[in-house]
Amino acid sequence: MSEQLDAGLIAERIAESDQLGEPSGAHEVGRARRRKEDARLVTGRTTWTDNIQLPGMLYMAFLRSPMAHARITRVDTSAARARPGVVAVYSGRDLAGEQGSLPCAWPVTDDIVIPDHPPMAVEEVRYAGEAVACVVATDRYKAADALEAIEVDYEPLDAVVDMTEALAEGSPLVHESGNRAFTWKFAGGDIDAAFRDAPVVIERTYVQQRLIPTAMEPRAVVATTDGDGFTLYSATQIPHVLRVMLALTTGIPEHKLRVVAPDVGGGFGSKLQVTAEEVLSLLVTRRLGKPVKWTESRSEGNLTVHHGRDQLQRISLAAERDGRVRGVRVDLLADMGAYLMLVTPGIPLLGAFMYNGIYKIDAYDFTCTGVFTTKMPTDAYRGAGRPEATFAIERAVDELAHELGLDPVEVRRRNWITHQEFPYDTICGLTYDSGNYEAATEKALALFGYDKLRAEQSDRRDRRDPVQLGIGVSTYTEMCGLAPSRVLGSLSYGAGGWEHASVRMLPTGKVEVVTGTSPHGQGHETAWSQIVADALGVPFGDVAVLHGDTAISHKGMDTYGSRSLVVGGVAVLAACEKVKDKARRIAAHMLEASADDIEFSAGSFTVRGTAEGRTIQELALATFAAHDLPDGVEPGLDADATFDPDNFSFPHGTHLCAVEVDTETGACAIRSYVAVDDVGSVVNPLIVEGQVHGGIAQGIGQALFEEAVHDTEGNLLTTTMADYLIPTAADLPDFTTDRTETPATSNPLGVKGVGEAGTIASTPAVVNAIVDALRPYGVHDVRMPCTPERIWRVVSEAGPPASGSGARAGAASAEAPAGTSAEAPASAPGTASAPGSRSGSDSGSGSGSASTRAPGSGEATSSSEGGAR
Amino acid sequence: MPRITVTVDGVTYEEDVEPRLLLVHLLRDRLGKTGTPVGCDTSNCGACTVMLDGRSAKSCSVLAVQADGSDVVTIEGLARGDEWHPMQKAFHTEHALQCGYCTPGMIMAAIDLLRDDPDPSEEAVREGLEGNLCRCTGYCNIVRAVRLAAQEMSQAGERREVRTP
Repeated sequence: MSEQLDAGLIAERIAESDQLGEPSGAHEVGRARRRKEDARLVTGRTTWTDNIQLPGMLYMAFLRSPMAHARITRVDTSAARARPGVVAVYSGRDLAGEQGSLPCAWPVTDDIVIPDHPPMAVEEVRYAGEAVACVVATDRYKAADALEAIEVDYEPLDAVVDMTEALAEGSPLVHESGNRAFTWKFAGGDIDAAFRDAPVVIERTYVQQRLIPTAMEPRAVVATTDGDGFTLYSATQIPHVLRVMLALTTGIPEHKLRVVAPDVGGGFGSKLQVTAEEVLSLLVTRRLGKPVKWTESRSEGNLTVHHGRDQLQRISLAAERDGRVRGVRVDLLADMGAYLMLVTPGIPLLGAFMYNGIYKIDAYDFTCTGVFTTKMPTDAYRGAGRPEATFAIERAVDELAHELGLDPVEVRRRNWITHQEFPYDTICGLTYDSGNYEAATEKALALFGYDKLRAEQSDRRDRRDPVQLGIGVSTYTEMCGLAPSRVLGSLSYGAGGWEHASVRMLPTGKVEVVTGTSPHGQGHETAWSQIVADALGVPFGDVAVLHGDTAISHKGMDTYGSRSLVVGGVAVLAACEKVKDKARRIAAHMLEASADDIEFSAGSFTVRGTAEGRTIQELALATFAAHDLPDGVEPGLDADATFDPDNFSFPHGTHLCAVEVDTETGACAIRSYVAVDDVGSVVNPLIVEGQVHGGIAQGIGQALFEEAVHDTEGNLLTTTMADYLIPTAADLPDFTTDRTETPATSNPLGVKGVGEAGTIASTPAVVNAIVDALRPYGVHDVRMPCTPERIWRVVSEAGPPASGSGARAGAASAEAPAGTSAEAPASAPGTASAPGSRSGSDSGSGSGSASTRAPGSGEATSSSEGGAR
Repeated sequence: MPRITVTVDGVTYEEDVEPRLLLVHLLRDRLGKTGTPVGCDTSNCGACTVMLDGRSAKSCSVLAVQADGSDVVTIEGLARGDEWHPMQKAFHTEHALQCGYCTPGMIMAAIDLLRDDPDPSEEAVREGLEGNLCRCTGYCNIVRAVRLAAQEMSQAGERREVRTP
């Protein structure tokens, strides 16, 4: 939606506070501009989809299955139809001939099973909450009332809740074709050689619990028609993708369908979807010829907004005794839920290339099996595959450090890619273009006061303080900026990863920018204005950014995967360059000079060595009048650009978390949190910091609070915000954030994605800290979310604490290469004294296996669930 | 159907309402006050917070009939003419919003918090806003904004009653 909606006096009044950003020379890029978007948001002049009221509008409400798996034997809507204010009632059967199947755009293997996914169930329901009927009425209360009068008979079928059981022989089936959706494999290097004779092998199993994305704005849809064309307003992240997919699904021709994403209140991946309700709203408005609106309640949303994560990860590390990792093997089960939605099967693949993290390893082997269960489908949730990968490798590297008696920072240092080694080709076939893991880590350690905290930890252990201190380290990188189209093609994704932009100089010298990205909180109107202001030499306030309406922004790939700046922002810059090229030719003509002699600076084109010139605003007016243009030059000063990146973007950073864990109650509090991220060059440091803050909070949510819980019948138990706990202000500390800036070499802005980095980094930082606090008790893992009860149980079931500081084992093993251990800032006082005492602490709740291997044993031995339950 | 009289952002309305109609639906669907959004159905999120007779209230937890004779101020009525309330300015200055969906409720709750505690510590702000959920910001900048507004309001000698004069 265009930012003009909020234009007016108030925007002018705040111009003063918009100057607050620290000037970075004369440049806009790099400045902490206050956001243009804020004016409408802090004054309530917003256009959320649910705010839209159209004449004659009707309201939809859905009757949803109370069972996870059942055959529908009868639906009787007649009583509901008779209710006052009810215009229509539809069952799945009523719509069966026209509703099609919800799309999956990512068939990851040739033999993947993609079951038919009717927007409204016709014969069988496969998750609790699946729509079975809908009422269309004159107001939202009447629509909800009439749901009670619909009669549905179900014949219960067995629920399939657990992934491992789903794959077992004789399991009830979600679909007749079986419960295995696909198996996808990927490998590099000689994994058998890496594990053969490996002196140390770490094997762990981690549970990525199911999450509910919980954007603050519930989903909402308004559909309307003029009898020929259709307009769909939706709280979506992907108006462009949605338009294509809805045209394919409903048969409404693409050119007769306009999709608008008005103000959208957060997404986090959950609004990267083609939903049943979007399709059904269009079908109903087509049938009735009237505008219809549907807005979900939060309880309805917890049931039916796609869920995230839900993977069972088995990870094995083969390492040398000095801590260097030889190879990584990953075996993953990914819960698809009942159907494959837009990119459901692709989510674990986005993690497949990241299990090597920031480390140099020789061999890698990855297998992922997608499994059907009778639960809400999973799909993208902030980070989408990379948080899972980062969690597993960062947890496993900590386990390796513990096994070897090394400091976790030191083990990382011995394995990471050094800054001289970029660009670096990883074992997963990616080329990390740039980074400086040393610099980010040093900065983080200093801000955190790492040595001092280690000393305090040692002291608390010595004193057997019931409140133990734990320190968690997470050094991450991730692949984002989705994505090079050729790579998406090689992964069987159904579309490209380019982005489009238009830049239009208006006759009065103002600038309109049209972007194919679709912001829902990220501040593109502000950041794109900064890029354009610098590129064209126009005032920041003279730029308007239009987006989110396929009738205004006709072409785009939308916003997800930390792609908007690194793909869409670069497209904006490219369009500006084209505008400048054209302006240069016109300036040369007007100034009677050669284009080669025209210099551009601060918005003016001048003849080299003279004061003679034209401003870009003057040129805009001249091209509008078009009285005197060079031969062959069209009137107007505008340009389009489409940017398809050559490579992904690889932000990285080091996050450090200190937790205090009360071993008597299981209570856990984050005492300090330091994040040093490297997202390349920064357009707006204020927005970057905000993204990091929010990302960290969401990752902490997974670590400590959030889980979608189902009972054995497949009923979701966490349907409200009272049951599914997202962090409150009181749950979180202030975060200390800082940056290093290693520009990306893969784009002219030098920028890297930032939207998901915080979430990817923070979950393992927190869990590593909790496990670190509990090491003296022999604890190797606490299953997420690490609730007080889980922590208490794990401590209770473990043995008494091993004595004193030796429980953390020696700071550096004897095999450590000379020099590296001495450099370790991690060698805290009192920790180097007792190598070998570690073995006593391994006996406690013993999860997984960390074995010193006999030569010749190439096979993985045992692995077990995480220690906690 | 009961008839109620309610003043919203300085305008008095007389409305016939079903006894079950929520205040937030009266505001949004009947009076067009869509600046106040709905984020949940269990009064956990606080997005719908408004001022009801000068104190913050979650308008999803109030029946319209209960607001009979009351004065309601929503986010739309907070500015005086073109002059934003110091809390609105502070949220903008400190980048205390991203998607902005929780913002109207957060601002209202924060203003009420300052009424009780004009100079809250970081911890007091965090505890005081526990009933208002934000998924975007991680709350750091919200805390900063509330403390900035507190400073500015006390420097200006301002302890503005947020209700229709």
